[in-house]
Amino acid sequence: MIDTLRLTAEDAMGLLERGEVSPRELWDAYRAAIEERDRELHCYLSLADGPNGEGVPIALKDVIGTKGVETTAGSKILKGYVPVYDSTVAARVKEAGLPLLGKTNTDEFAMGSSTENSAFGPSHNPWDPTRVPGGSGGGSAAAVAAGLAPWALGSDTGGSIKQPAALCGIVGLRPTYGTVSRYGIVAFASSLDQVGPTTKTVRDCALLYRVIAGRDPMDSTTAETPPVELPAAEDLKGVRVGVPRELNEAEGIEPGVRQAVERTIELCRALGAEVGETSLPRSVDYGLACYYLIAPAEASSNLARYDGVRYGLRVTNGGYHGMVERTRDEGFGDEPKRRIMLGAYALSAGYYEAFYGQAQKVRTVIADEHRAAFERFDVLISPTSPTVAFPLGAKAQDPLAMYLSDLLTIPSCMAGLPGLNIPCGLSEGLPVGLQLVGPQFAENTLFRVGHALERALEFDYVPERLR
Amino acid sequence: MSWEAVIGLEIHVHLKTRTKMFCGCELEYGAPENTRTCPVCLAHPGALPVPNEQAIEWTVRLGLALGCEIAETALFHRKNYFYPDLPKGYQISQYDAPLCINGRFAVPGADGDREIGITRAHLEEDAAKTVHVGGVGGRIGGADYSLVDFNRGGTPLVEIVTEPDLRSAEEAKRFLQLLRQTIVELGISDAEMEKGTLRADANVSVREAGETGYRTRCEIKNMNSFNFIARGIEAEIERQIGVWQSGGEVVQQTYDYDASSNTLTARRTKEEAEDYRYFPEPDLVPVQPPPGLVERLRREIPEPPGARVRRLESGLDFETATGLVTSGRDRLYQAVVAADADRRATANVVMNQLAGAGVDPDAVDPDELAKLIVGRETIPRGTFAEAIAASGDPGFSAEKYLAEAAVSDVSELDPVIDRILADNEAQVAAYRGGKEGLLGFFVGAVMRETHGKANPKVVNERLRAKLSA
Amino acid sequence: MAITRAQVEHVARLAHLALTDEELDRFGDQLGAILDAVGKVSELDLTDVEPTSHPLDLANVWREDEPQPSLPREEALANAPETERGFFKVPPALGPEPDL
Repeated sequence: MIDTLRLTAEDAMGLLERGEVSPRELWDAYRAAIEERDRELHCYLSLADGPNGEGVPIALKDVIGTKGVETTAGSKILKGYVPVYDSTVAARVKEAGLPLLGKTNTDEFAMGSSTENSAFGPSHNPWDPTRVPGGSGGGSAAAVAAGLAPWALGSDTGGSIKQPAALCGIVGLRPTYGTVSRYGIVAFASSLDQVGPTTKTVRDCALLYRVIAGRDPMDSTTAETPPVELPAAEDLKGVRVGVPRELNEAEGIEPGVRQAVERTIELCRALGAEVGETSLPRSVDYGLACYYLIAPAEASSNLARYDGVRYGLRVTNGGYHGMVERTRDEGFGDEPKRRIMLGAYALSAGYYEAFYGQAQKVRTVIADEHRAAFERFDVLISPTSPTVAFPLGAKAQDPLAMYLSDLLTIPSCMAGLPGLNIPCGLSEGLPVGLQLVGPQFAENTLFRVGHALERALEFDYVPERLR
Repeated sequence: MSWEAVIGLEIHVHLKTRTKMFCGCELEYGAPENTRTCPVCLAHPGALPVPNEQAIEWTVRLGLALGCEIAETALFHRKNYFYPDLPKGYQISQYDAPLCINGRFAVPGADGDREIGITRAHLEEDAAKTVHVGGVGGRIGGADYSLVDFNRGGTPLVEIVTEPDLRSAEEAKRFLQLLRQTIVELGISDAEMEKGTLRADANVSVREAGETGYRTRCEIKNMNSFNFIARGIEAEIERQIGVWQSGGEVVQQTYDYDASSNTLTARRTKEEAEDYRYFPEPDLVPVQPPPGLVERLRREIPEPPGARVRRLESGLDFETATGLVTSGRDRLYQAVVAADADRRATANVVMNQLAGAGVDPDAVDPDELAKLIVGRETIPRGTFAEAIAASGDPGFSAEKYLAEAAVSDVSELDPVIDRILADNEAQVAAYRGGKEGLLGFFVGAVMRETHGKANPKVVNERLRAKLSA
Repeated sequence: MAITRAQVEHVARLAHLALTDEELDRFGDQLGAILDAVGKVSELDLTDVEPTSHPLDLANVWREDEPQPSLPREEALANAPETERGFFKVPPALGPEPDL
């Protein structure tokens, strides 16, 4: 009897290798779990007909283009759109023999922090279904946490992998910008989007990252990646851990979150790390503003292709221009509309210098501050999300309140830096996520630190109510 | 009061690369609609551009030929607007960091060279093709619609912008002809206006002679031949002078020129100017042309056409010199003249007869052609024409044709002439009676009798001599 | 930072969104609040700072001029809302074509 709630991908690989379980049995176990729990949790937007591989099954966030399989990006404007090509990551996953379980729910066009912006209904947190699983990749995170997939891929622009991982009590990696191809990923913000693994353990994360990472000739913004090392060490000797004041003392961090993170910082010391305080003077203060200028600006342009001409929804209304306007008004939800308008405004004549132009400079400042911190430290530590999972509907009406969920994940995203979330404790019975940020191409350091902490913390990633 | 025209040109050149600017779709003129597309040039969700190295290199080459500085760091920018032939909703172009800037291009004129400033040359992608299908009268429910073919979408284009340094329609036309010649010699485009691989729009304003500032200018579009460009600009200059002279003010407008009626039609003014919201293309990284590459390309640039015209002018008139250069025949001309052929005759042969016979100047052996031209008076005209037609064939030898020297031997020709005169006593009498025009009749008869092989000059002389005897 | 209704309409037009009156009001308020928050970036004096367009220090990434297979026409048209004889069919695009 396969316990999909507890089984890690690495365990599953072992079972398959040793012939203890057949690929079909493994697949069926997850399908049965989905049958049992997905109605309540709504992690999946669509399910595959049958396994297309003999390895460990995987779920993909519905912004990841899959040839022949509907890809909606959580939007009405792409309902029924079936890509005629595979994204590079989907192709690499296929090549590695990992069968597709299905496409998971997401905030529309990856814009959001709760999946409440999905045009097809929100997903629910497996720890407490009255609460959000986080976003935009809440579907993938909830699926992994609820045993509906051994592992999954998500996409992260301002925290859309890390924050749901935090709220669902699992591991999520936002890789260094440029190490994973964006070809075939429905674009939100081109200079920020990255695809990354959502898994139960840090070793699973490293294994999956190894499958997808590496330069892609179809994406000019990718670079060569250092070989992935699977973490094994369970101590932190020789590791210098920095605690940025601003990330750890920001306004809005719940006491329970702070306590769990502080305990983990102590644990770092106990494991042999050199722990010290550091500062990112303006990165946190101006990070959110910087992000909410650059990301919508790029999005306003990236989403211009949704015009009813070549694919997706079309609503006729007189001539071409009228058709485009009505199609977009009906096809996009509120959040994409807001961000498109915000972005167009930030780029418009007369406002470019003050808004977009200035934000690109703030970005340099953020990158410089992080670079300076990394001269003294190997890894920076902080909470991932200021709060634990909040109730559905609590922030949905207040865009600014929702944006604050990304306060702590955004700064490192602006600098293109990798960030790993691991669960580090509970607060009010809900998971608290710890964020580890490293310099560019330092995934192996993040895996090492994350793995050692994971082993020491012994956090049980199976949601209490499902045990 | 005398007026001066101020003209600048905006030129688009289709590069003849094998593939599109940002994807690997093969460019094929006339391919069935929508068979040369892919997720990238169809702007499918998630598709990303990857630049064509050849297009970049060719743009640098063109910039160097135009005397431009090549940017140390060039960027691509997005130009955002909605139109059916623009699938991404933006065009990838270049904005404030183009590949080439600050060039100059010499245009020789009858009274001296003019240096025309080249503001910039940059690389961008072409839009797709939209065809509007008109409605059938009487059908209810809007029979009008548009059809889009994305085959052409994504073709690499170089946009060249000149300073407003041109001063006449004629000069603008000459500039374009020389520019076109340069482009063709660089091997980067066929640059044919009729095919649309070279497009030019003009920005025209006028001012009183001596005035230093610039007055309002208008844009003229839809001129698709060198002649139409000259005429369109000319028409606009006249129109603007008319406006100013009648006390009015020229209003900024875009006009379409219709060649068949020689009229300018104003385009519908848009309510608000388009705001393209340019920003650096985040899906593409900067282009930093390696200095080694730039130097190599610089050394490979052919001599600018303006300089070549100047050099040829000595010994030829300006018009002919320009014609030789703009038709790409000046190298052959120079080589033939260097082999001692007469300048005027060579120019005539190279420009007119070779062209008329459809011979490719690059296939001709200049030494052989020189021999032929030197000996042209000694062989029958028909033979000479045959030789010209064959001069592009591999292994062509003038000798064979020169051997057929026209018969100049008087002892051979006199008997024939005498026979013709004897057979045409009436015409002989008429000629001697004053009808000197009949000489042609006799010449023709002798030529026919000798199957064209008589030397017409000698025939002429002998006939005159005998007829006046 | 208040954003006027005219400005919202202008931006909606640029973005080709046909907003209802209700949306214009609601988004106007929300955008105003967001612009206030993001406008924070202008507090910093960054005159001597270079903008970052790309997180990585890459340059000169390009490809050879070698043809790759195009999509078969049926695939190119597969998701199209309307086609005719191998073309994508759209309502007529009236008005002048913007300059390339």
